Amino acid sequence: MSSGRSKTSILDKPLSKGKGEVSLALYALLFSEIVQYCQNRSHSIHELQTKLSEMGYDVGTRLLDLYFVRERNSKREIKLLNMLLFVKSTLWKVLFGKEADKLEHANDDERTYYIIEKDALVNKFISVPKDKGSLNCASFNAGIIEAVLTNGGFPAKVTAHWHKGTTYMVKFEDFVITRDKCLDDR
Amino acid sequence: MAGTYYFVIVGHSDNPIFEMDFIPVTKEVKKEDNRHLNQFIAHAALDLVDEHMWKVTNTYLKSVDKFNQWFVSAFVTASQMRFVMVHDARNEDGIKNFFTDVYEAYIKLLLNPFYKEDTAISFPAFEKKVQLLGKKYLT
Repeated sequence: MSSGRSKTSILDKPLSKGKGEVSLALYALLFSEIVQYCQNRSHSIHELQTKLSEMGYDVGTRLLDLYFVRERNSKREIKLLNMLLFVKSTLWKVLFGKEADKLEHANDDERTYYIIEKDALVNKFISVPKDKGSLNCASFNAGIIEAVLTNGGFPAKVTAHWHKGTTYMVKFEDFVITRDKCLDDR
Repeated sequence: MAGTYYFVIVGHSDNPIFEMDFIPVTKEVKKEDNRHLNQFIAHAALDLVDEHMWKVTNTYLKSVDKFNQWFVSAFVTASQMRFVMVHDARNEDGIKNFFTDVYEAYIKLLLNPFYKEDTAISFPAFEKKVQLLGKKYLT
């Protein structure tokens, strides 16, 4: 039982940034296994995207606190636009090495925002066959965004689409928009 | 400054996921029934915490409520988890450092893929860590 050396628990290890870079090939391999795992357990494209999104959601819940402490020195966000900017720039930069390309507000719908990027890193080695035309594995990223926004106090639904590259459509709940307006007026 | 402290981590649906008492060795446990009163006080303060957290961006919310001789201090994390402390002695710096260190331990716990967010924390290592932090900053 005694191993002769004291074990440091994971709770004692520092939260420092570590190496910061992971081999792309390794990540692509892991992601391809994730997609295959989800594909074996789903019967339709929609189910596959939902499963990918759920896995992304689990990842996102853990990223939120970690990166708020590391990157922003524990200053929280209470305004909607700042939160979206955090996702677009800071989060994307630490996850994929570059910022997302654009953040747009829908013209007709107040609750909808679009985050656009030309080449999602996760799709780099994925070729989608013609019969699964609408499948976009960036649903994984959409799950991450959804978790970060929802747990940060701005419940939203995020879906990934093929439009100008990859577009993440972010749809917020009504009360989020109302609350944000009240904060602006104060 | 010796004083009794009651620390609770409250989840998204006002559910306590972790509780801990810090009682100084010198004080005898005279009134046993004060323990559940702490829960009530913390719960009552949650509304005020919710109000405050949408006004400021800092995580530490200092003293949000007072009940007879008990003060309530709060700390909000980026993922909207609320750390509440019911105490009878003023110890702002100690409590602030305690909250910051518990937040770090909580983040490390959250990285565990077997731990589901917003569920009760029952890891002995985490309890030990919080006890150590309590001894360091609160007594």
